[in-house]
Amino acid sequence: MSQTSTAPVPTGSSAPGPRRGERAGRLPRWAPLACFLGAAVLVAVLWPVFDLNIALAVLYTVVLGTLAVYLLARSVEGRRRATDRLVTCLVVSAFGLAMVPLVSLVWEVVSRGIGRLDGEFFNSSLVGIVGEGGGAYHAIMGTLVITALTTLISVPIGLMTAIYLVEYAQGRLKRAITFLVDVMTGIPSIVAGLFAYALFAIFLGPGVRLGIMGAIALSVLMIPVVVRSAEEVLKLVPNELREASYALGVPKWRTIVKVVVPTAIAGLGTGVTLAIARVVGETAPLLITLGITNATNLDPFDGRMATLPVYAYYQLTQPGVPPEFATDRAWTAALVLIILVMGLNVVARLISRFFAPKSGR
Amino acid sequence: MSSTRTTPPSPPGTGRSIRRPGDRVFAGTAKGAGILILAILAGVAAFLVVESLPALTAPAEEIPGGEGLASYVVPLVFGTLLAAVIALLVATPLAVAIALFIGYYAPRRLAQGLGYVVDLLAAIPSIVYGFWGIFWLAPKLVPFYVWLEEDLGFIPLFAGPASTTGRTMLTAGLVLAVMILPIVSAISREAFLQVPSLHREAALALGATRWEMIRMAVLPYGRSAVVGGAMLGLGRALGETMAVAIVLSVSGGITFNLISSGNPSTIAANIALEFPESSGIDINTLIASGLALFVITFAVNMLARAIVNRRADFSGAN
Repeated sequence: MSQTSTAPVPTGSSAPGPRRGERAGRLPRWAPLACFLGAAVLVAVLWPVFDLNIALAVLYTVVLGTLAVYLLARSVEGRRRATDRLVTCLVVSAFGLAMVPLVSLVWEVVSRGIGRLDGEFFNSSLVGIVGEGGGAYHAIMGTLVITALTTLISVPIGLMTAIYLVEYAQGRLKRAITFLVDVMTGIPSIVAGLFAYALFAIFLGPGVRLGIMGAIALSVLMIPVVVRSAEEVLKLVPNELREASYALGVPKWRTIVKVVVPTAIAGLGTGVTLAIARVVGETAPLLITLGITNATNLDPFDGRMATLPVYAYYQLTQPGVPPEFATDRAWTAALVLIILVMGLNVVARLISRFFAPKSGR
Repeated sequence: MSSTRTTPPSPPGTGRSIRRPGDRVFAGTAKGAGILILAILAGVAAFLVVESLPALTAPAEEIPGGEGLASYVVPLVFGTLLAAVIALLVATPLAVAIALFIGYYAPRRLAQGLGYVVDLLAAIPSIVYGFWGIFWLAPKLVPFYVWLEEDLGFIPLFAGPASTTGRTMLTAGLVLAVMILPIVSAISREAFLQVPSLHREAALALGATRWEMIRMAVLPYGRSAVVGGAMLGLGRALGETMAVAIVLSVSGGITFNLISSGNPSTIAANIALEFPESSGIDINTLIASGLALFVITFAVNMLARAIVNRRADFSGAN
């Protein structure tokens, strides 16, 4: 094993001797795998002795395997390569650890929510429902109305701001807007809800609940996302296109409307879709601006509305007696919500793939 | 990167006179939209202040709890900070490791797909995290908390008595950690990918192992982005509402005991839990606490953005 090619080859005059922390040997490629298999076997043997569960067993396997790899490498390859292998093990197990929540969450939501994913869930509201049955028709429609309204408010403002930042603005105002848009992306959603409530409470008195309040609260969250993504995309439009348009005598605003925006339309679509995906699952601002209702209300200017996230929250926390039917509905609502968000993400990817500008380069 | 300076539609001298009305209207609308954003931000602050004034001026006994606004808000601020700090301590090392894994350890062909999988964590609505936290994570952590209490109970953090439901401050912090993981890791990943390949190749050519290359070339380059990303994650964790509202079992009072069932609430969760049933001065008190949250997150986010932007000027690329 010691005559492998990694031994330092003397080149020129400065022939290096054996370096500190390094030995000539290399472990074969299968060595780490063997270490982990050995650790797994050891843990399996010890399972009955220590009364392990699956999580502890995996934990012990990873720890023992990592230790074995490190010690083996340390004795064969030296300190530096052993550290390298140790870090590799740590990084890979960190990634594995991060997958645990994702997998368990998706599994949990799907397995608990699939039971009520039926026609009734999509076709009936909760009017007159005690216990079994009932659905989320009113909540799903409410979410669609509110999200559409939010998009209607946010996209024009966000897009025009992005155009202003990229095409017109300079100096201090530009820097101020860019910075504050960045900061605005970090506003807690509940604060946006409080803002909408405070705004309407001043004019309409306390205790007011309206669909439009929720749309305004969500707009506060959505506008900065739209601005950021649209800005990035508009910056990518090559300057030659603008110059060519100016050279033909086209005014600036028509250049923007007819050349810049159409060139960037795929990216803009992707950005808007992702922004919608971000706000569609927001619960907190809707909880305090829309409240909840059991009946179908599709008029955002008239009283309380149900939305899917708030519906899920109340079905879980105030299930009534017996609780299991409402809890089932809550999980199904969570499942529908996840499907909605994931669907929007996929649509965003498809938009950017299929509507990308035909590039000539 | 404004194009206006390099591509004037007409020479500056004559620009004013032949500027068409369409241009003026469009430019005005665009500028108006930009200023509207500033106005919204100012409006958020102004309306919160106006609506919290009654609570700020009310006599102490009218505030919920009967001991004044400060003693109502302080435990909430404490709970908010505690949960967010736990989340940050757990999430940052993990996020950096994930960013390194995707950038430098995962097989090239898989890397992009794995990055997308991690980003999926960010897409999941926070209420679903709450469901997951209370039904999956909390019960699974109960034996762990019992073990902590028995074997590490001498540390005040784990004094116990261990919660039997698992709805503790530590659980809430862990759920928050999962939620901010994708943000911190996305920003770190972006910075790690921008490390000039010459730096990395130089390190490897000198005989560095992969870890030594990362330590010498990648981490110094990406450090500021990691700090900035962590602070953005902190801002997110401070304001996170529904997951905490569902997971945490609240009894008020300041305590560092992370594994018992008596925990201080967080500002955001407290608003979500109390607001629907409140009226009158209670609402104003909640809005005042929301104002405190707004100020805290605004400061954290400004600091984070300042760090990210400032370091961008100094990065090795220029």
